[in-house]
Amino acid sequence: MDINDLRSIVTVLMFLAFVGIVWWAYSGRRKDAYEAAARIPLDDDEPADIGRGAGQTNH
Amino acid sequence: MQSQATYNYKVVRQFAVMTVIWGIVGMLVGVIIAAQLVWPELNVVEWLSYGRLRPLHTNAVIFAFGGCALFATSYYSVQRTSHATLFAPGLAAFTFWGWQLIIVLAALSLPLGFTSGKEYAELEWPIDILITVVWVSYAVVFFGTLMKRKTPHIYVSNWFFGGFILTVAVLHLVNSAEIPVFAEGMLTPKSYSAYAGVQDAMVQWWYGHNAVGFFLTAGFLGMMYYFVPKQAGRPVYSYRLSVVHFWALVFTYMWAGPHHLHYTALPDWTQSLGMIFSLILLAPSWGGMINGIMTLSGAWHKLRDDPILKFMITSLSFYGMSTFEGPMMSIKTVNALSHYTDWTVGHVHSGALGWVAMIAIGCTYYIIPRVFGKTEMHSTSLINVHFWLATLGTVLYIAALWISGVMQGLMWRATNVDGTLTYSFVESVKASYPFWTIRVVGGTLFLTGMLIMAYNMFMTMAGGRAVNDAPVLEPAHAH
Repeated sequence: MDINDLRSIVTVLMFLAFVGIVWWAYSGRRKDAYEAAARIPLDDDEPADIGRGAGQTNH
Repeated sequence: MQSQATYNYKVVRQFAVMTVIWGIVGMLVGVIIAAQLVWPELNVVEWLSYGRLRPLHTNAVIFAFGGCALFATSYYSVQRTSHATLFAPGLAAFTFWGWQLIIVLAALSLPLGFTSGKEYAELEWPIDILITVVWVSYAVVFFGTLMKRKTPHIYVSNWFFGGFILTVAVLHLVNSAEIPVFAEGMLTPKSYSAYAGVQDAMVQWWYGHNAVGFFLTAGFLGMMYYFVPKQAGRPVYSYRLSVVHFWALVFTYMWAGPHHLHYTALPDWTQSLGMIFSLILLAPSWGGMINGIMTLSGAWHKLRDDPILKFMITSLSFYGMSTFEGPMMSIKTVNALSHYTDWTVGHVHSGALGWVAMIAIGCTYYIIPRVFGKTEMHSTSLINVHFWLATLGTVLYIAALWISGVMQGLMWRATNVDGTLTYSFVESVKASYPFWTIRVVGGTLFLTGMLIMAYNMFMTMAGGRAVNDAPVLEPAHAH
């Protein structure tokens, strides 16, 4: 087999992998996990001394 | 609440302060070389001539200003999202001092005339080796911190930062493969590329375009995905879109480099391939831009009185604009007009000033009060002044170069009925002067904004303290 056949196969496999990622990312069962993940930066409360003021003195 | 562990803010603070300092240095050199084009008599000595200072400008703004901003924001956000302090703090300190040493060496060697001649990779081999050592240390610190994380999921900003760190390591190693020699003793290192001819050109622009794609895009998208939600106080518009955004960008960017070599000795099919992938890139770029801007959906009023958010959202608008313009310019027939003209330079600055600098500035304004024990910057109205100076400066710069670029392209291709050229080259140079003058004005406005930022930063520091006791928080319970 020519090395170029191998290169073509790898390119097609990469494309299929990408299609797989899109399908996986948009499948319904990822919904809750993504909602939790999106909260990661926001669920991180600022320490009281450098918080943004305005009622954020919960520590 | 834990009391023993604290976030490593020291290295974040150091990189954040140097972001502003190197930003001023790099942009000052930019203003100087822009002025040298208008007033050639400003080329007084060889060390400060246009040819020596131009690579100093690009290296300073990309790697010193942009690099310090990337280190500061990635070290800050990886700790906060992982609920862990930095892995290997000694190595983290080494990345700061090592990176500063590289910058100083670049600032000395480039004006002295040392260059390997590869754009955005001009530094000679001893500095290349130092870059490799610092970069591997950066990777160890970053991925080591991720491995210590207390959350099950790796937040998307860390995927972008991680992709940027890994890819830049590969790019630097492959493009800097070179034969190291000393021309005349220890103080005259010289690098000869391991590649020759069109392969060398292709490797160079594979590197060059991915430096744009990963250093100046993926890393700064990492900033967007952490700092825009933080500043807006809302989660990212669509998390699943961010996942697809990451993989689409990673799978596509690697192929776009050949569009820098249209109509050269590079095989035609390679040029076409580069063009097609550049066009495909529009999709992930705009997906990411929409994801960032729509994060503000339902909270648009925050834009009215939050200049930091203005910086971030405006940067995304410029990102959308330049990632539309880029694919268009990669089309061969368009490139036949735009290549080698000021249009390219204008396009680069729409991305560099409008997107990269503005998102970095916004994130630096977010970080500085937090690492200096303040609730906000010394003056919010000065941030607003900075925002308008930066926006006006960018618009003046890119509009002037659009006009001069298209004009140059049209003048160069114009022929008389008998086939001779209508204009000599120098006529196009002469016609460009008014627009180059406007560019000096735009650049000066942008630089003035950075000086105001420095004043604001030092006033914030003067009234604050170095925060070294920010406790590492436990992650919130899974919902």
